[in-house]
Amino acid sequence: MTLAVPGAPPAGSAEPAGRYRLALLLRLPQRVGTLCLLELQRIRHDPIELLTRTIQPALWLVIFGTTLSELRAMPTGGVPYLDYLAPGILAQSALFVAIFFGVQILGERDAGVLAKLMVTPTPRVALVAGKAFAAGIRAAIQGVVVLLLAVVLGVTLTGNPLKIVAALGVLVLGAAFFACLSLVLAGLVLRRERLMGIGQAIMMPLFFASNALYPVDLMPVWLRWIAYINPLSYQIDALRGLLIGTPARLALDVTILAVMAVAGIIAAGALLGRLTR
Amino acid sequence: MTETSAGDLAVCIRGLGHRFKQTEAVVDLDLDVRSGEIFGLLGPNGAGKTTTIRVLVTLLPMQTGQLQVFGHDVRRHKMRVRQLIGYQPQQLSADGSLTGWENVMLFARLFDVPRRDRRQRVDESLEMMGLADVAGRLVGTYSGGMVRRLELAQALINRPRLLILDEPTLGLDPVARATVWERVADLRARFGTTVLMTTHYLEEADQICDRVALMDRGRLRAVGSPAQLKTALGPGTRLDDVFRHYAGHKFEESGGYRDARSTRRTAGRLG
Repeated sequence: MTLAVPGAPPAGSAEPAGRYRLALLLRLPQRVGTLCLLELQRIRHDPIELLTRTIQPALWLVIFGTTLSELRAMPTGGVPYLDYLAPGILAQSALFVAIFFGVQILGERDAGVLAKLMVTPTPRVALVAGKAFAAGIRAAIQGVVVLLLAVVLGVTLTGNPLKIVAALGVLVLGAAFFACLSLVLAGLVLRRERLMGIGQAIMMPLFFASNALYPVDLMPVWLRWIAYINPLSYQIDALRGLLIGTPARLALDVTILAVMAVAGIIAAGALLGRLTR
Repeated sequence: MTETSAGDLAVCIRGLGHRFKQTEAVVDLDLDVRSGEIFGLLGPNGAGKTTTIRVLVTLLPMQTGQLQVFGHDVRRHKMRVRQLIGYQPQQLSADGSLTGWENVMLFARLFDVPRRDRRQRVDESLEMMGLADVAGRLVGTYSGGMVRRLELAQALINRPRLLILDEPTLGLDPVARATVWERVADLRARFGTTVLMTTHYLEEADQICDRVALMDRGRLRAVGSPAQLKTALGPGTRLDDVFRHYAGHKFEESGGYRDARSTRRTAGRLG
């Protein structure tokens, strides 16, 4: 074994700082990929968790969805209610994965794992982006299970594989934003118990104040405004457009989700250092 | 302390200070760690050892003073400093939900070990720490001593010039402690790696360290080789006598409860 150090020039070397920074920047996607791979490895070692997490969305579809389908009370523009509901439950399952991701990072903080990750030559935004998209990967895998269940229950999904892939992409983007929101909250409250409480407190309001269960037009005006600023509404709008073909503003939906995810990554990156002080 | 040129220094600390609100954790610390030596930072809880280490590894911001690692300023060149160091924190910090091999491979990727060398490097690191046979097992099934050796394998994956170990044997039984020290000594002997470590166990520091610094309440009290420090106070002196001489009180392990609790919690997490 030699003692050569990859990437780090000796002090006083002539390597320009700009080129060195560029090299680090070019490695960012690889860093994010590494942290996503880590999540896949965890899922592989503990697939039971994935299955137990699909119980709740399954109950929403099987009990709530089929019951309200029988009532035929919801004005869904001619779309069967179960079809209308499925993308909402898909987004909800991703939200539930992501909103508690901060708890995982606080666990990693307590265990010293986060400190070790932060001592690697990985910029903090890359760590946060990696964690956020890892949440997205987990949400997407869980989403596939929910989609299969929806098909079994008779939901008519698009047969276009590109649209399904795009829908999973939207799921990843939305989960990345909510994971960042969770990381921001983790950086502010610093304790797992507090974050669990906040996660519980905001999860259902986010879900109910969105177009997941019913059209926004049915809501009172004040709630409609909340739904308009709720990123979950844009995620569900895009998922419905892609999966069941309802009219959707895809470009707007994806732009808003992408902007929110980037803002979330920057904000969470700025707060990450608080976790290890 | 003998004069050392800047080029020989792995770590150069001048006037380092760090406060947590009203508490002065480190006060005006001057310290040099020479390239290739095993250097022990010793002191009871609250001495400022871990704070010094955490500033050095860029986890805490520099507040006052200057700190260089192989000539790189820690304040201005964080990424370069991180590429030069391997770090083992106080807690048992391997990921219990992954295998040993996956734990080491994660750090190989994050430290940009070239793709063509990664597998071999991971295998070598695990082999060196005597973990090759259990590399495919989930770390949750490892003993505390095995986790510590795995962490050393992780810390070595980037072939660091400076290995920083924060209480590497805390919570381990005597046999596991001896094994960890054997591996650390082996590393220095084979690769000339500079080792900076903190420990509560003065007798172990006495045996393994080339030089030690005694810290108390954020201040440096004495620096030198264990032999020099003991000889200066007369025959039959032990390191805890040296500490008492310079600090004015006994080397207490008060406050160790917090560490023990943390270690137990981590052991529980790892299964």
